[in-house]
Amino acid sequence: MPDVGATEPVLLALVGRPDSHTRAVYEQAGGYQALRRAVGELAPENVRELVKSSGLRGRGGAGFPTGLKWTFLPQDHPGPIYFCLNADESEPGTFNNRILMEDDPHQVLEGLILSCYATRATTAYIYMRYEYPLAWQRMQAAVDECYAAGYLGRNVLGSQFSLDVYLHRGAAAYICGEETGLIESLEGKRAWPRIKPPFPAVEGLFHKPTVVNNIETVACVKHIVDRGADWFRSIGVPPDPNNPRDPGSFGPKLYCLSGHVERPGCYEAPLGITVRQLIDQFGGGIRGGRRAKAAIPGGISMGLLTADELDCPLDFAGPGRYGCLGLGTAAVVVMDETVSMIDFLENSCQFFEHESCGQCTPCREGTSWALKMMRRIKAGRGRLIDLDLLLEIADSIGIMPGTTICGLADGAAWPIKNAIRKFRGEFEEYIRRTNPQGCHETAPVPALDLVALH
Amino acid sequence: MSSVREQPAGGAAARVLSEAMIEEIRGYFPRYPTRQAVTLPALHVVNRELRHVPLQAVVEVAELLELAPAQVQDTLTFYGFFKQDAPHGRTRAWVCRSISCALLGGDDLLRHMCRRAGIQPGQTTPDGKLTLEFAECLGACEAAPCMLAGDTLHKNLTTHKADQFLDGLP
Repeated sequence: MPDVGATEPVLLALVGRPDSHTRAVYEQAGGYQALRRAVGELAPENVRELVKSSGLRGRGGAGFPTGLKWTFLPQDHPGPIYFCLNADESEPGTFNNRILMEDDPHQVLEGLILSCYATRATTAYIYMRYEYPLAWQRMQAAVDECYAAGYLGRNVLGSQFSLDVYLHRGAAAYICGEETGLIESLEGKRAWPRIKPPFPAVEGLFHKPTVVNNIETVACVKHIVDRGADWFRSIGVPPDPNNPRDPGSFGPKLYCLSGHVERPGCYEAPLGITVRQLIDQFGGGIRGGRRAKAAIPGGISMGLLTADELDCPLDFAGPGRYGCLGLGTAAVVVMDETVSMIDFLENSCQFFEHESCGQCTPCREGTSWALKMMRRIKAGRGRLIDLDLLLEIADSIGIMPGTTICGLADGAAWPIKNAIRKFRGEFEEYIRRTNPQGCHETAPVPALDLVALH
Repeated sequence: MSSVREQPAGGAAARVLSEAMIEEIRGYFPRYPTRQAVTLPALHVVNRELRHVPLQAVVEVAELLELAPAQVQDTLTFYGFFKQDAPHGRTRAWVCRSISCALLGGDDLLRHMCRRAGIQPGQTTPDGKLTLEFAECLGACEAAPCMLAGDTLHKNLTTHKADQFLDGLP
């Protein structure tokens, strides 16, 4: 288990310092030296190789190896190659990208420019969710400073490399964080994810080869170029020797901690710290001296850990071993003993019902009916058989059962699966107590009228 | 609404995009290899100026982008963001209802604010001061419960702070 106290923050090194968002402060701290060195001394393939050998895996949720993703780009393509920087962060519980963009936008931009250099991309779009006005201002100001300094535009730092960066603003839709949904949205269409293959690296934005990477991922690229692949691999969790397909979980990670803890916040720690370490050593423990009941390990899509499972390590392989979907965005949301799992699951179902893009019927209908059933259960008209129906929905929507185009439905399903399978007794007790007459009913019952917030 | 002019004689719809708005939208053209990619930037320009995107604006945006109005309308309606029937209030506020905020009273806050303002989520007060909506995760979970009002993020919201906000609306 990594020693939490041993690592100086790297990604958050400047966060909290006065004027940390300005180029002056960033450069005083050594900013843009990595870019100077790369453009002056390294060929793009050297940077690609460096990132590949670092073992960096995408920080946006899926954890795909970044260097490998870049190698899927066609060789000797006449161009243009596009780079989409995914700043649509919308996973409930997640705010690390916002912190980076607001408080250290130049770190993000240096990582972006290096990543574009490595992938020979000549135009980059930063797709940012609408709800981040301060991040928008700070990133735009940083882009302007970069053009003024010769870090962007024609012949970056006098080299043959040219790059334009544009900010593109979303309009409040969670699905735009899915990489092909993002591409469709950027093209001016509804953000319906595409069937893959072709993968964006082959045919992406405007039918051209495209890389889509997360904000924190490119920030890591900056530090890998600065400090080397060995430094990156010295942090985190090596591959599981018993699993030849495990590429390991290397590097520092930003953990978002929220919910019922004393000190919620964004904390940097090596990949692989446990949920308990995060709560106790960074978060100051559970609020008000209460006990934990459950925790989301990596954004609401990842499902639930029980209070007995808080030793789950937060690396790419950890949460999966506890029945969760994965590490996701490493956003930990803590619930204390006062929280009703019925309330939790209704909230989760409400989110996914609202954010399903409607393209795939299993997801559109499944999330909608799951919410209707949860509202009926919560209103005291639940039946025990509803729990099996909810599980039937959860087990049949998503990429994993192969019924949907994108992973949103898997994210909708996991909280249902985990909540009902790990807290079934609580659900049954609630249904029996609130609907003693009808809890054994199995004949069809009408849905409740949806009079709530819509 | 100064931007919505009188219907001219003959029944042709009055133009709603100002020259300045058209100029700003055209400024996005060099950024993208297709005109369609300017759809969201254009809708944001219109929405910022008119506080909604009426159908006539959709028609005019489509003309600028060399698209069918239905293409612009299709994209617009995918996002629950752009109102079409009437302008939103001078302040548009989103109260977060997702999990981290819900655990710390976000739902109660939205209910409280709706009651105080006398409206339902999605509605605008009769005096046009405020449109109040729910939001899915605003990405400020460390400061839950939170609200985004215009460009201002209100952190660690309480009913007291919410009342102050409502009382101070311009």
